[in-house]
Amino acid sequence: MTRFSLSRWLGILIKEFIQLRRDRLTFGMIVGIPILQLVLFGFAINSDPKHLPTAVVMAEPGPAARAFVAAMQNSGYFDVLGRVSEDQAARALARGEVQFVVSFPPDFQRDLVRGRPVAIAVEADATDPQATGGAVAVLNHLGAELFAPDLPGRRLAAIAPVELRVLRRYNPEGITAYNIVPGLLGVILTLTMVLMTGLAMTRERERGTFENLMATPATPFEVITGKLVPYVLIGLVQVTLVLIAARWIFHVPMLGSIALLYGVVLIFIVANLVLGITFSSIARNQLQAMQMTFFFFLPSMLLSGFMFPFRGMPEWAQAVGSLLPLTHFLVLVRGILLKASGTALLWPSIWPILLFTGVVLAVGLRTFRRTLD
Amino acid sequence: MNRSENVIDVHGLQKRFDGKTVVDGLSLQVAEGEIHGFLGPNGSGKTTSIRMLCGLLTPDGGAGRCLGHDVLRESAAIKREVGYMTQRFSLWDDLSIEENLHFVGRMFGVVGRRQRVDRALEGLGLGGRRRQLAGTLSGGWKQRLALASCLLHEPRLLLLDEPTAGVDPKARRDFWEEIHRLSAAGITVLVSTHYMDEAERCHRLSYLAYGRLLATGRGAEIVAAQGLSTWAVSGDGVERLSEALRQLPAVEQVASFGTQLHVSGRDATRLQAELAHFAAAHGLRMDAARPSLEDVFMHLMQGARDPLER
Repeated sequence: MTRFSLSRWLGILIKEFIQLRRDRLTFGMIVGIPILQLVLFGFAINSDPKHLPTAVVMAEPGPAARAFVAAMQNSGYFDVLGRVSEDQAARALARGEVQFVVSFPPDFQRDLVRGRPVAIAVEADATDPQATGGAVAVLNHLGAELFAPDLPGRRLAAIAPVELRVLRRYNPEGITAYNIVPGLLGVILTLTMVLMTGLAMTRERERGTFENLMATPATPFEVITGKLVPYVLIGLVQVTLVLIAARWIFHVPMLGSIALLYGVVLIFIVANLVLGITFSSIARNQLQAMQMTFFFFLPSMLLSGFMFPFRGMPEWAQAVGSLLPLTHFLVLVRGILLKASGTALLWPSIWPILLFTGVVLAVGLRTFRRTLD
Repeated sequence: MNRSENVIDVHGLQKRFDGKTVVDGLSLQVAEGEIHGFLGPNGSGKTTSIRMLCGLLTPDGGAGRCLGHDVLRESAAIKREVGYMTQRFSLWDDLSIEENLHFVGRMFGVVGRRQRVDRALEGLGLGGRRRQLAGTLSGGWKQRLALASCLLHEPRLLLLDEPTAGVDPKARRDFWEEIHRLSAAGITVLVSTHYMDEAERCHRLSYLAYGRLLATGRGAEIVAAQGLSTWAVSGDGVERLSEALRQLPAVEQVASFGTQLHVSGRDATRLQAELAHFAAAHGLRMDAARPSLEDVFMHLMQGARDPLER
């Protein structure tokens, strides 16, 4: 057996470092991934989300109602966006723009003073049970404290019991599978669509067949779209499998239109495929395409509201999340399956995906054209 | 396009990558039916030139026409009428022979594709193996398949980038027979190669080094134009004397050919005198030789300066 040689070993070590330094992307990942993880888990992700957007419906703002709303705001769990009509509140809740709607009955102040029993209705969007759990607990506590009949020195008190009716909309039992399974649809599509198309083009380049393809009269548009279609079909098969499992294994309710669901799935698939193709026209080989995919996948998982409540993240993280197609897709899927939302209600979440697709496609076509020049 | 016009007619083509000039002022005229050899060391810009001619790359400077189409603006039209065979085998390994041909046929919108593919398979003698994956073919077969796929859309111009690299002599000979058959049928061929025997099979040659065209013309013309005289020096231990020979003032180049050394220089009389003296001193034989293409090309390359080395 050959004896261990330090200089030989050092030679290998040095070679590895040199290659690593030249491979900018890998190097970037080595530094980038820990930083990204730290930022995401350390600052962005919050499993006890606060500052949840809340709409208030109240006909006449009396002192008692105002005191209650102020207490909610002060608890830190609610960001009261203001007074709205009943219709507006319902729409905002369905769109996912607010997490809570707090409604005071028209004669709240009068009934309270006269000692009649009153009730405050709190509707929570419970599609993601994790997002509302903490806040609802605080709400109960607030009500008990503010309107406690036996606390001395309170004018409001000692008159009548105030009932807090919390209504968990869309997922009353708080079953996490209702939230996770539709979300998985988006996560699976993001990973497989971006990765598979990312590899498709770089494979051509690695094997040298790309040059042959470019020497034919085929246009970049033909090549890109021609390569996409088979993956669209694969994506639709995946979606069908997940939906079958969701329906018959996890018993996820499917309240909305399945046709509409497939429609938004198609939009989402195209967004991811276009991104994959763009990655592959930037990446020099299949490994790089894979690395880029994971670099995109990580924030998609963590910042989209799939793993952690979207509303729980700080503003900047929500802003980053809003750029990702998965964030909007989750709203769409949960909206259709759990809230039976229709196209008009979903439009605010559809156009960002279309915009993403358009921008990425433009970048992709440009880099594709430049590949040989 | 009328017949007298050149199939390739370009002037001053230029291509830069990252500020480095890879092809510098290439001017080339190739007539219809001609087999034009493209020679030069690795990195001399042969592949880049071919890619500019077939519409894959847009030249940064210069102008000209290929098959009557503008090389700067009409690359799509050029691609349709040119058959380009890449240096590396670039058909799809994971498609069968037949599937590869059908795919290429579809890309070029070949009319009567089925018959053409069948005919191509027959011509290749691969009819029985049509379902075999292209990746499992040997080097020689891959090359023949690649050529067949280039010819499927009946191009008027073939651009072949080192088509015979890594192919055995028998397959190379067959390949060149085929090229001459195509040329006789009126197809123009531009072929790059490193092999001198292949260069001699071409009607005309161009020699590139460091991105510049150093010589163009018939083989004999290029040899004559350099005005080189060459002597074959042989004898015991001649191999060890090549360094000493190189030191002689009139000697510009020494190359080994088996047991002989080819010694060349432009000043014929001085070369002969110096060599005669040297041969006598070392007990060597010297015979007048015709400078070969290789001698001339070596000489040309030494004369050209690498702009990067200065």
